[in-house]
Parts: sequence; structure tokens; C-alpha cells
Amino acid sequence: MTTLQARPARSAAAASAPGRSVRTPVVPRIAAMTVMVVFTGYFLFPLWWLLVASSKTRGDVLGTNPLWFADLHLVDNVRDVLTYRDGLFGQWMGNSLLYAGVGAAVATLLASMCGYALAKYQFRGREALFNVVLGGVLVPATALALPLFLIFSAVDLTDTYWSVLLPSIVSPFGVYLSRIYAAASVPDELIEAARLDGAGEIRTFFGVSVRLMVPALVTVYLFQFVAIWNNFFLPLIMLRDERKFPVTFGLYTWNSQVNQIPELNTFVLVGALLSIIPLVVAFLALQRFWRGGLGAGSVK
Amino acid sequence: MKKETPMHQRTRTGTVALLASSLLIGTLAACSTGDDTAAGGADAAACEPSEGTVELSFTSWIPGIETAVETWNEANPDIQVTVQTGPNGNSGTYQNFFNQLEAGNAPDLGQIEYDALPNFRVQDGLEDLSACADVVAAQEQFVDWTWGQVTLGDEESVWAVPQDAGPMALFYRADLFEENGIEVPTTWEEYQAAAEQIRELDGYITNFSQSDVNQFAGFVWQAGGQWFANDADGWSVTLADDASTQVADYWQGLMSDDLVATYPAWTPEWDNAYNSGEVWTWVSAVWGANSIASGAPDTAGKWAVAPMPQWEDGGTAAGNWGGSSTAVFKGTEHLYEATKFALWLNTSEEALTILNEEANIYPATTAGLELPVLKEGVEFYGGQAIYDVFAEASAQVNPDFVWGPTMTQVYTDVSDGFKEAATGQGTLLDALEAAQSSTVEALEAQAIPVKQ
Repeated sequence: MTTLQARPARSAAAASAPGRSVRTPVVPRIAAMTVMVVFTGYFLFPLWWLLVASSKTRGDVLGTNPLWFADLHLVDNVRDVLTYRDGLFGQWMGNSLLYAGVGAAVATLLASMCGYALAKYQFRGREALFNVVLGGVLVPATALALPLFLIFSAVDLTDTYWSVLLPSIVSPFGVYLSRIYAAASVPDELIEAARLDGAGEIRTFFGVSVRLMVPALVTVYLFQFVAIWNNFFLPLIMLRDERKFPVTFGLYTWNSQVNQIPELNTFVLVGALLSIIPLVVAFLALQRFWRGGLGAGSVK
Repeated sequence: MKKETPMHQRTRTGTVALLASSLLIGTLAACSTGDDTAAGGADAAACEPSEGTVELSFTSWIPGIETAVETWNEANPDIQVTVQTGPNGNSGTYQNFFNQLEAGNAPDLGQIEYDALPNFRVQDGLEDLSACADVVAAQEQFVDWTWGQVTLGDEESVWAVPQDAGPMALFYRADLFEENGIEVPTTWEEYQAAAEQIRELDGYITNFSQSDVNQFAGFVWQAGGQWFANDADGWSVTLADDASTQVADYWQGLMSDDLVATYPAWTPEWDNAYNSGEVWTWVSAVWGANSIASGAPDTAGKWAVAPMPQWEDGGTAAGNWGGSSTAVFKGTEHLYEATKFALWLNTSEEALTILNEEANIYPATTAGLELPVLKEGVEFYGGQAIYDVFAEASAQVNPDFVWGPTMTQVYTDVSDGFKEAATGQGTLLDALEAAQSSTVEALEAQAIPVKQ
């Protein structure tokens, strides 16, 4: 029953895909295509440059056409980065996956439970609580890094995995999105039915409601994953042991040492290329759920 | 490398405001312990060996520093050091130090560049190492001016152990100078004449980087300028003193006559200008040897090094660009062990050799300048034993140059003005004069006493 419920959301998204129902005249279509091609090129340009530059030797990066390949050294370069200093880069990638993967999963779980509770339960102070959470959306994570550092120092938790993981599992935006989505997509009648069948509140949540909220959860997960992956200031302030660095901060550290170790120039480039692969994979794998999530509730 | 985001600056200003009061207390304390033998005795007691195994934490961003620390740990089971790391000082680690000091969990030891030491001193973040007899006795091992950098103009105190130095010299394309029959300049006047000849050949004699105020400071240092001075009455600021004016006018002239290139330093264009032979010389520090070798690989074997041009015919003054120290942070429980490690790291041939091999660190000790690796000819420079030139320069650096406590702000303000000068709005001297007044304001805003 629940799988049947989840499907319409997806096929609804497919039905509203462009080109199916509305036919636009040729000239505007060409104009629109041109604009899109130009912007696609604009956005892909840095990626292209990164790919080309990563495939070159140090000398060639400076001396040859920046937008086309010279002698191909991509494999050598990648191997060099992965073996430099006992595989430090691999460790960083692993750390980033841990921080972003686990952090985003826990954040999504907490946010969905919180959002669901705010949407489906009546209790005193509900709106006040929600408004406080919503206020949290407005506070930039960067502004919280320093106070967090002082708090974590007081309990001796700086320079630990926890110091980056714990703040990452907070997602006010996720709570907001979960509440809106739960209100729109989880019918009260269904919850009533589950209760009548003898399910407890927790079982109802995980057995029924979560399945209906999947598009929202994927969206929250993706947002949080990217936010943690790109979070730079928190690790900068919290971490001292380079074996615990996430990849963004590690690459920044290398980049600041280029004056002393010029080989790092190439490593930073190749490392940057490798570091975006998980993000690309996450987007490609999850975007169809995400699209479904964003469209939900817009035509009702 | 020298850039800070506005965010960092803002948080730093906040930290500074919080610590402004501790500055006054710190200054008073420093005054009262000056000649007081009783207080001196109390200090000496603080530099006693601890019992049992001691664990020290040390933050440094030198690549490969772990190798040196492992060597130490193997030889000293009673004093185990763990390395912490991060980006280079101005890119975040200094800010982290200030945060950690405020949170009360600063490491025992940290790497601090000479120009940042006064900032930590003014905010009372450093232990005075003069309490340790070994440190005081080590003075004679160091090149004079590097010791001056860690006493901060106060003979009674020692705020860090010098680590490395950046004496300056002239890197030049020996092949191009010879082919075109141009004499290698020994004075700044000849340098300008050579610049004109080179410009006719469609090249530039050098690149004047608007963002690297440190290089300019090195020129001022050579010319005998003094940007800051500090005594009991407070700080004096003279960013536009006679020497600075002379240097600013000189480079302004070269820039206005299009005799120097103005690429931003350390960028691909900059590398390329050197690699393609468009730019012929670079007056830079000892570590610049590596920058050229890596940035301009096609020119291998064509470079040579000579002493930097002089203001007076036959003069022997050198500037300095860069260099850092190992400091002990306020609140350490193991001052004695920390200084023991710092001295080993920066004076033993073992450690200095490792640091030189791993990270091209150029030592601050006189014995270090004689390291076997620094006596060899360098292939990239046509087999010339280039470090001999730098060893000589190191002895010629004016020992009295003092950095101010707000160098990040000074660098930002000066380089803003320099960038305008490069586009023809205003001059280098205008930039210095503007930075002079903004620096005085910055000091006053932090309740640091300024002498007008």
C-alpha cells in the first residue's frame, strides 16, 4: 500500500516534464536553447579546465593551452596524489564521506522526526518551537563556529570526529521542509488507520509516514550532504590533526603550503577533481527523488 | 599566502577587543619584572623540569615536520611531542591560536612568523623564555638579527626561538645579461639603467608585486627604514620615514616608466613571465630559489644569484623577507621541556638538515648556514653554490627592524594602496602615508599606546 502511495509522486513529476504538453514556437525555442547552451558552457567551463589541468605535468600546466590536453598524465597524477604522505588524501576523502554521509543521515532522521511531530501532533508551544527552529535557518553556520569551538573546548571535545559530526546533524532547514512535506503528504486518516491497527507512534512513523516522506527526506539528505561536504570554517576551527581533516580543508591546507612545496600545486588540482566525484555521484543518484520532492504540493 | 578573508579580520578584531584589557596588565607586569630580581627568581622557578613523562603539543604547518619530531621522540622517551597542523599562519592558524588561547587550550608550542610575533606578544599569548637559562645561553648560536626578531626590541625578554630566515639577494638570468652585454647591477642606480636597456629588448627587469608588501618591507629594511619601534611609552609608527620614501619613490619611478611588470605574484601569469624569459631578475629571499626553479622549469641552468643592489656604491646591506620562530604559548605546564624541544628543533644539525630537506627551511643559526647541503652547487643555478651568497646576506641584515602588532591590517592597507598605484591612481608613497594613519587608528582602537 505504501509503495503504491510513493509512486504517483514520481510519475506526476514525469508528466510535468517540459515538452510533453506544451509546444512553443520555433524561434523562442531556439533562443531559449541558445541561452541554456551558453549557461551550461559557462558552468561546465571550470570543470573542463580542472579536468584538463589535472591531466598535465607541472610544466605543461603553465606552458600549454589551458583548455586542451597536452601529454596525458592523469593516471600518474592521481596515483601521486593517492600515495603522497601515506595516502593522506584517501584518508581525507574517507573523512569527508564519514562527516557528510553519516552527518547528513542522522540530520535527516532528526529533522524528519521533528518536522513530522510539528506537523502531526497538537501540543502547547508548537508554533513557538517551530518559529525558533525557523529562526535557525537564518543564522549562518559560520557565525556559530567560534561559539561552538569555545563550548567544545570546555568539554574537551575539540580535535575529535565528534567536533565536526555533532554540529553537522543539526538542520533547521530540514525540519522546516519535513514539516511542510509531512503536512501535505501524510494524510491524518492514514495515521488514524495505523493506530487503529494497533501500531505505536514510533512504528507508525517508520512504517507509514517515513515512506510517504521519502522525496522530502532525499532532499534534506542531499542539501545537508552538500552543506557538510562544503563546510570549511568549522573543521578549520575545530581540527588540528591532519588525519581527521575533511578533503576541502585538507586541500586548502596544501594550497597554503605551495610556496614551500611546489609539487602541491598539481596535487591540489587533481585532489579538487577527485573531491567532486562523490558530489556528482550523489546528485546523479538522488536527483530524480529530489525533483519529485521540490514539485510536491505545487499543483493542488 | 598573505590574504585573510574579511571574516577572519572581523573575528580577530573581536578577539582583540576582548583582550585589550589583558594587554595593559601584560605591559605592566613586563615593566615590573624588568629589574626585579625577586620576580626573576620566581620566573626561573617556572622553568624547572617536570617529573615523569611529559607530553607536548606543537602546531606547525611546515610540510614534513613530523619527520623531525619523530626523530626527537625516539631520542627523548621522557618528552614526547605530538604535531598538530593546519594552513599556514595568516591563512587560519594564527586565528586558531588566538581562539585556543581564549578557550584556554592552546598547544604548548607553535610556529609563528616574525611579523606576527608582536601581535601575540601584545595580546599576552606568549611565555617569556628568558626564564630558561638554556634559551638565554643560545643567543650566541643565532644570527644577530634573527635574535633581534624574537626579543621584540626588549633585551630582557625572549619571546620565541628563531627558526628560519629569509635574507634577500638578486636572482638574475645570467645567460640573458651576458648575451646582451648588460652588466649585472650592483647598485639600485645601475639596476634602473639595466631596466631601461632590458625594456628596449622587450623584456622587463623584474616584476613589482602590489600584493606582496613583504617584499617591499624587505627593500625598506635594506635601506635602513624602521616601520615600528616600541618602548615603555608605547609604539611609534613610521611607515613613511625617509628610507621608505626613498624606496617608494624609486619603485614608483620604475612603474611609471613601464620598466617593471606588475603581475600578481605566485600566479600562473607570473610563473609564465619568468618561464618565458619576459622577466629577467627577482630580488627575493633565499626560499625564492625554489619558487623560480618550480615556476620556471624551462629556464633551468640559466639563473645565477648575486648580492642585492645597494643604495650606495660599495654598500653591504641586505633585506629580509620572511622567516619564522617557535614560540611557547601562555599557559603551558612544561616550559622547561618545551624550550628544550624548541632549541633542539632549531639548533641541532640533525633537525636543521631534516627541515631543509623536507621544506627548504633556511636556518637561523650561524652553524646552520654551514650545513653541508647548503654548501653544494645547485644545478638549476648552473651549479653555483648560491647559499654562500645568502649566508653573506644574512650577516648584513639590519638587526633592529621591528614589526608592529597589527601587521595583517598594515599589509592589507598598504597593498590596497599599491594596487591603486599600479593602475595609475596615486603613488606608492600615498599608499604608505594612508596606511600610516590607518595603522595609528588601528592601534588606538585596540587600546595599544601610540606615540605621535
